[in-house]
Amino acid sequence: MSLETTSLSDDERLRIVDLAKSFTLHNQGGSRLAVLDGVDLAVAGGECVALNGPSGAGKSTLLRAIYGNYLPQRGHILVRHGGETVDMVAAPPRIVLDVRRRSMGFVSQFLRVIPRIATIDIVGEPLRRLGVDAEEARERATALLARFAIPRRLWSLAPATFSGGEQQRVNIARGLIAGLPILLLDEPTAALDAANRQSVIEAIIEARDRGAAIVGIFHDREVREAVSTRLFEIHRSDMAA
Amino acid sequence: MSALSLDQVAAAPDDPPLLAVSGLCKSFGGQIACRDVRFELWPGEVLGIVGESGSGKTTLLNCVSTRLAPDAGSIRFRLRDGRVAELFELSEPVRRMLMRTDWGIVHQNPRDGLHLGVSAGANVGERLMAVGERHYGRIRDQARDWLDKVEIDVERLDDRPTTFSGGMQQRLQIARNLVSEPRLVFMDEPTGGLDVSVQARLLDLLRGLCAELNLAAIVVTHDLGVARLLAHRLMVMRRGEVVESGLTDQVLDDPQHPYTQLLVSSILQ
Repeated sequence: MSLETTSLSDDERLRIVDLAKSFTLHNQGGSRLAVLDGVDLAVAGGECVALNGPSGAGKSTLLRAIYGNYLPQRGHILVRHGGETVDMVAAPPRIVLDVRRRSMGFVSQFLRVIPRIATIDIVGEPLRRLGVDAEEARERATALLARFAIPRRLWSLAPATFSGGEQQRVNIARGLIAGLPILLLDEPTAALDAANRQSVIEAIIEARDRGAAIVGIFHDREVREAVSTRLFEIHRSDMAA
Repeated sequence: MSALSLDQVAAAPDDPPLLAVSGLCKSFGGQIACRDVRFELWPGEVLGIVGESGSGKTTLLNCVSTRLAPDAGSIRFRLRDGRVAELFELSEPVRRMLMRTDWGIVHQNPRDGLHLGVSAGANVGERLMAVGERHYGRIRDQARDWLDKVEIDVERLDDRPTTFSGGMQQRLQIARNLVSEPRLVFMDEPTGGLDVSVQARLLDLLRGLCAELNLAAIVVTHDLGVARLLAHRLMVMRRGEVVESGLTDQVLDDPQHPYTQLLVSSILQ
């Protein structure tokens, strides 16, 4: 391997090298779905890369692979983690978890609700995991919940019964609160009305201008044009012409 | 020198594991229960062992917690003073002392882990006495604190666990185990016999306590929902072998082995 493909340059926070991801469905006749093949992408701080491609092209698969949620068959996903470089493809689980805690956040479309935990604590949890004390975590969570127009009376409740849009804003607040240097966003505004969409757009732009490296899927053109600095085309490898 | 090459990619930080198991084998008659099991566990890490009944997961837990002698293999544990001990080379009294102080064992049935004939407070206080606490007032205060931590009304301090509900008994068992500030906790189906609503509360409590106390834990469960909420890392066992292991959400969302795919696809949504 050449040095260029296995290292991060000064301003890069994330570099994907020759990534391949397929799924083998052992209980469905062993059929194999090749989704990504030979993906190369480098993202610097302050950049927001919008993944572009038709539904089923593998955009979410790429985000999940970057986060360590999906296991690629080949390639590297190098991320800047403190002063070090970690390859998410090869790193042991506790290193991946440490990257998620200190360096890389993920906002999925849906909030995975943890039973019984109050919204304010769900949003503050990423700060608590960084060692921030409970009171400060709650204060900062409060500020973000207010910013995203979550009614005060909901803060102490578990979000299981919230509307789709409320859950999504809770999820975004949780994803942004720790100010992590790499952010992965999977349709962060899908369930939002215009006013709420605008406040999320502003928060994403703020994170980007603060120097975060962002990779996202933004189906909504208005959102995509507002937040992204460039597009990255994704084609499904087993459907390529 | 700005660029970091792959050679410098962060390996695991060099802190040694708390527990290192390798080559562990156990058979009953001709029946293999564990074959060549290997894993390591670090402080603060919760390892889930999943698989169907008969897969060997409880046997593995019993071997690692030294309640059952393996046929072969090594189980090394880092003691509080930093020395690493081969567990089955320790004398029986030393192992027993470890079990009562540095380890906790949470049984599926709380009645297996509690003394039913004495009060809740005495159940919690017993391990404190095992680590040398003799002051009655302090033992009582700590027992009271722990009942509160596990959300049991402190007014119930002098009641016997037989008067408690199943969920309360399980929380009492957890308090009894954690009061001595163990570094490693073994749990066998900790939410097994409980109603779903009671399960959620207990899982929350366990999650919080593991994080707060930086506990290492090994949790055996057949319930993948429990595993997802509680475990950082999973090992999937089938017929005595570990067929897949990795980060919990990766194993559950992108299972590689046919058996894991079958387990995951069998969950009712």
